[in-house]
Amino acid sequence: MSKPKLAYYLAGGCGGCDMAVVDISEALVDVAMALDIVFWAPTVADVKYKDLEAMPSGSIDVGLFSGNVRNSEHEHIAKVMRDKCKILIALGICATSGGIKSLVNLHTTEQLLETAYINTYSTDNPDKVFPQTQYVVDNKYELTLPKLMDARTLDQVVKVDYYIGGCPPHHEHVAKAVTALLSGQLPPPGSWITMGKAVCEVCDKNPVLTGKSKEFAKSVKRIYEGTPDPEKCLLEQGYLCLGPVTQGDCGSKCPSVDIPCRGCGGPIPGVKDYGLRAVSAIASMLDNEELVDQIPDPVHLFYRYTLAGSFLGKRLKR
Amino acid sequence: MAWEPRLIVIACQWCTYQGADLAGSLRYSYPPTVHIIRVPCSGRVEPEFIAEALKKGADGVFIGGCHFGDCHYKEGNYKAIRRFKLFKRLATDLGVEPERIQLEWISGSEGKRFAEAMTEFDAKIRELGPNPLKGGANV
Ligand code: SF4
Ligand code: SF4
Ligand code: SF4
Ligand code: FES
Repeated sequence: MSKPKLAYYLAGGCGGCDMAVVDISEALVDVAMALDIVFWAPTVADVKYKDLEAMPSGSIDVGLFSGNVRNSEHEHIAKVMRDKCKILIALGICATSGGIKSLVNLHTTEQLLETAYINTYSTDNPDKVFPQTQYVVDNKYELTLPKLMDARTLDQVVKVDYYIGGCPPHHEHVAKAVTALLSGQLPPPGSWITMGKAVCEVCDKNPVLTGKSKEFAKSVKRIYEGTPDPEKCLLEQGYLCLGPVTQGDCGSKCPSVDIPCRGCGGPIPGVKDYGLRAVSAIASMLDNEELVDQIPDPVHLFYRYTLAGSFLGKRLKR
Repeated sequence: MAWEPRLIVIACQWCTYQGADLAGSLRYSYPPTVHIIRVPCSGRVEPEFIAEALKKGADGVFIGGCHFGDCHYKEGNYKAIRRFKLFKRLATDLGVEPERIQLEWISGSEGKRFAEAMTEFDAKIRELGPNPLKGGANV
């Protein structure tokens, strides 16, 4: 049997998801050997866009797409990947839900450029030069840059077959997903690849797992306020942990070191809008109404990783 | 055709829904723009319901529940107000006009108040104009 072909593309992401995939090769040399990597841009393989574009439709077995869709180049390659790959997977929370980097949707592109190229303290740009999408050098060489757009999730651009959460996904989770993929043991198309348990369900601070019940939070604390009791649930202590609504495929990494879960794993099964479900869960766990007003900046807390994929997708008045 | 608001009222079956009923039997009139959805308790109202209504083009969403101490399930309305306030902060930070989402406790004997509240809500939404989300945001 010929080896399954794999393509990987990093769009509006950071390369962390690439690392999570590279990391599995140590644990699973067999998996890496079992794959024929035909495209991996821009980080790993030296294959050009035109090479990918020249491949026949549907000729690649699996495509992994990390990062959100933030500019015209990402959008183009997303469409090419969809055409070439039999199975297209949104890998990591940027691709599935927008990621931290979709918080750009709170601002317009103009506002962001203004901040980055004019207003930052370390910027010296007296002529107010901004990047242009087209530029002609020496009257003859035309250079182009992709056009920036609001951040989108991959499935807002093309059809996605599977979703893998995490920022980045834990490499053991990636290994499990790849193994499932290679052995054909996949859930129905359109699903998240997950064990299906919330972070709370795999958290050793969870009182419910030892037969006690969860207490309401009687205060709201930022992580720099006080030192959490390592034996107790962070949420009970007032640290707004999003473990109840987040997929726990990381194995509860943050709460295990006394840091509240911020939701990078993506929504537990059945939830369409992560932030809204988080609002519901956290509000339900607060002791009283006044505590609601003490939560600083709900948008950055509840939509930290999922603004692009939310019911609004962006701030309406910017 | 001139724009007419569409108002979604999510009403607890033990109080506000009965208040609406009473308003009807006592012939207090309230605007025909009001569409009532009955729920078992205001504590059943998830932020997703409100978001879904706005996304699908409702111009305003009003949640009605029992007064504190009167909730049939004891604490449903306490939970409802915490969720509602937090959702409203989130939605407002994202540019949704706060006037489009409201919560009020209206009991089964307050038929008159129900009719008044609906009339006020309708007037407020007419002032605001159509929901800008209609057909615009992510679906
Ligand atoms: S999900 Fe996280 S690790 Fe992956 S590309 Fe996005 S920011 Fe980077
Ligand atoms: S809320 Fe956080 S700390 Fe508490 S049990 Fe869940 S994951 Fe653990
Ligand atoms: S605990 Fe939450 S934020 Fe931390 S790695 Fe896991 S899913 Fe991500
Ligand atoms: S029963 Fe009416 S609010 Fe709970």
